[in-house]
Amino acid sequence: MRESAPILSALRARLAKHAPDLAHSNVQGGTDEAPNAIALGHAPFDDYLDGGLRRGQLHEIFAGEGEDGGAAVGFAAMLGILAQGTGKGGAKPLLWLRSEEAQRRGGRFHGAGFVELGGDPAALILVTVPDTLALLRGAADALRCAGLGAVVVECWGNPHLLDLMASRRLTLAAEHSRVTALMLRPGGVPAPSTADTRWSVCAAPSRPLEANAPGAPAFDLTLLRRRAGPAGKSWRLEWQRDRRFFHQPIPDSGREQTLSGAPLSVPVGEQAEDLQAIPLSA
Amino acid sequence: MRIKAVDKAGRALGLEVGLTLADARARVPDLIVQDHDAAADADWLDQLAEKCVRFTPMVAADPPDGLLLDITGCAHLFGDEQSLTEIVAAWFREIGMTMCSARASTAEAAHALARFHQGAVRDEQAAVLGLPVAALELDAESDLGLRRAGLKTVGAVAQRPRAAIAARFGAASVLALERLLGEAEGPLNPRYAEPPLILERRFAEPIANTDYGLRLLRELMEEAAVKLAEKDQGGRAFEAVFIRSDGLVQRLQIETGLPTRDPQAIIRLFDEKMDTLTDPLDPGFGFDSVRLSIPRTEALRPNQTHLDGERPGEGDIAVLLDRLSIRLGRHRVQRLQPHDTHIPEKGQIGVSSIAARAHTPWPIPKAGEPPARPLHLFDPPERITVLAAVPDGPPHRFTWRRKAHDVLRYEGPERIASEWWQSKRDPLGENRLTRDYYRIEDASGHRYWVFRHGLYGREQVDPDWYLHGLFA
Repeated sequence: MRESAPILSALRARLAKHAPDLAHSNVQGGTDEAPNAIALGHAPFDDYLDGGLRRGQLHEIFAGEGEDGGAAVGFAAMLGILAQGTGKGGAKPLLWLRSEEAQRRGGRFHGAGFVELGGDPAALILVTVPDTLALLRGAADALRCAGLGAVVVECWGNPHLLDLMASRRLTLAAEHSRVTALMLRPGGVPAPSTADTRWSVCAAPSRPLEANAPGAPAFDLTLLRRRAGPAGKSWRLEWQRDRRFFHQPIPDSGREQTLSGAPLSVPVGEQAEDLQAIPLSA
Repeated sequence: MRIKAVDKAGRALGLEVGLTLADARARVPDLIVQDHDAAADADWLDQLAEKCVRFTPMVAADPPDGLLLDITGCAHLFGDEQSLTEIVAAWFREIGMTMCSARASTAEAAHALARFHQGAVRDEQAAVLGLPVAALELDAESDLGLRRAGLKTVGAVAQRPRAAIAARFGAASVLALERLLGEAEGPLNPRYAEPPLILERRFAEPIANTDYGLRLLRELMEEAAVKLAEKDQGGRAFEAVFIRSDGLVQRLQIETGLPTRDPQAIIRLFDEKMDTLTDPLDPGFGFDSVRLSIPRTEALRPNQTHLDGERPGEGDIAVLLDRLSIRLGRHRVQRLQPHDTHIPEKGQIGVSSIAARAHTPWPIPKAGEPPARPLHLFDPPERITVLAAVPDGPPHRFTWRRKAHDVLRYEGPERIASEWWQSKRDPLGENRLTRDYYRIEDASGHRYWVFRHGLYGREQVDPDWYLHGLFA
């Protein structure tokens, strides 16, 4: 087997010379290549980001304020679930690195809650690290491992070790292995980094269910920064657990409108398009 | 319920195996009864078998309550057969076990003599023939049939034509008879633990160079890899032992999640382990010897590589998890498994990724429902002050971390009763209390999971409220 490796690579090189597209596509097909971006499912959102969040990049997720920690963590988990995908061999593992401080302040990871968001805890590896140095080292090692679906790195506040160089290192590792890195920073404030996108997540009022019960998770997402394009746009999205995608919630009543101070960023015409999609998802 | 085993005192009182518990209690009102735990018995028997390796390497467990020791060629080490038997008996007495023993030329004969023969065995052949037919250990019907036919002893059965016995009581009865008489071979299944693979380098002079020691460790690992490959095995645990000339022994232990025999990968794990040491590996006056042992091995078949080179996958992740486990400690790298309880904070078990094997399926949530459990749980739950209607109204307004929130929507209560069968104490206080969980949403859209701790008026005068988690 070992001896045949050079012969094979020589053959592959010859093939590539004669039919570059064919050879390339064969390799692509053989390695079960995932698309280049993680689509969130809401068409205007994905179009704005040229298909979604880019794979093999670092994305930062901040919480709007103290109470939004739960929303930011939930959003990161949903992105992780989307990044895991449902390929041939099932969902790829999701590695969730947390610092002890994040665990102390944000609470213990709860497998049943992950199931409730549509994830599978069997495909989740939870790593708790004592300090930021171990967190960054672990994250860099994990991002070199191409078999993972995504790596969530969760730390609290603004540790001084998490500087431009650290984020550059993570980005390089992620680009090389094409594993998506999600930097989850509840309680932190944005600082210069090499992240591809930076998000601020706030909880938004949900569409109430019967008897005025809270409905599916809804978020106000703000794109704070984007390396490859303009930023500053906001969306309100709702997570559809059963079909694993985000869509825009359509307020059922006028009460919703009066409650949410933030105006919706999408024009009325686009909402009308979404109305047609709703019966499928609701 | 029936009695499975009685001790000496019980037997003296007239109790016997098979008696119903009610009858036994009627005879002896203050009877002490323990539940029968077959798994623990088997485990104990296994432990005893392991200990008996001191007498002979060929030890087989003879469940439920026997051990077979093949003492062929071992007896002379203890004097003769008789003194070996005495030594074994003395050893069992020492650890508090009652033992009946017998020696015979076949395992089956020894098994039967130990159970059904009384007194010393002078002539083995005669003793076996004199055993009751119960020693054949046939099913109850055949046993009864033999005795009704007037065949009371093994000898009486042996005199009959075998064909007639087989026709009447089945071929199994003849086989049992032949084995007991030593005419047919009965295989013995000895408990035989493969010795761990140990490789050692001893030096003529102590070596004071750690790097050289590590290079030797790599050489040893390469040798071990060849030996493991011969047996199609891979190691799950490795131990490197550095023995210093002043007698200090330094040990490095690593574990892997999947069996491996790749020297590079294992040396990398040892390097990782060395980085975590608080005291670095110190040669002092020099190492006398370096030893590598592989205490735990598992089958590892050679893998078919793919035509277009290596594919990233399971193996890569296993290596990553091993590295993280060694660097951070195995309790820090976990997979979650569900635990069968309703108390939310106890509903999962974190299993180290090295140990985790089987995936227990998690309960699947009902389609179309919003999440009923938050992703993170506060541990311990945080106290909040709540304005709620008594006795069991939902929360209207609550204060968490010195900030007031108005509740706009709620769902609940989801009542989770205390697990009174577990123990008296509650995780959150003295007495076990019922929890009423509410999923609530405040005016700004934040969703919380809160609970009332204790039923108003029945369990608590003024129940406390806790915030247990934040929903997405």
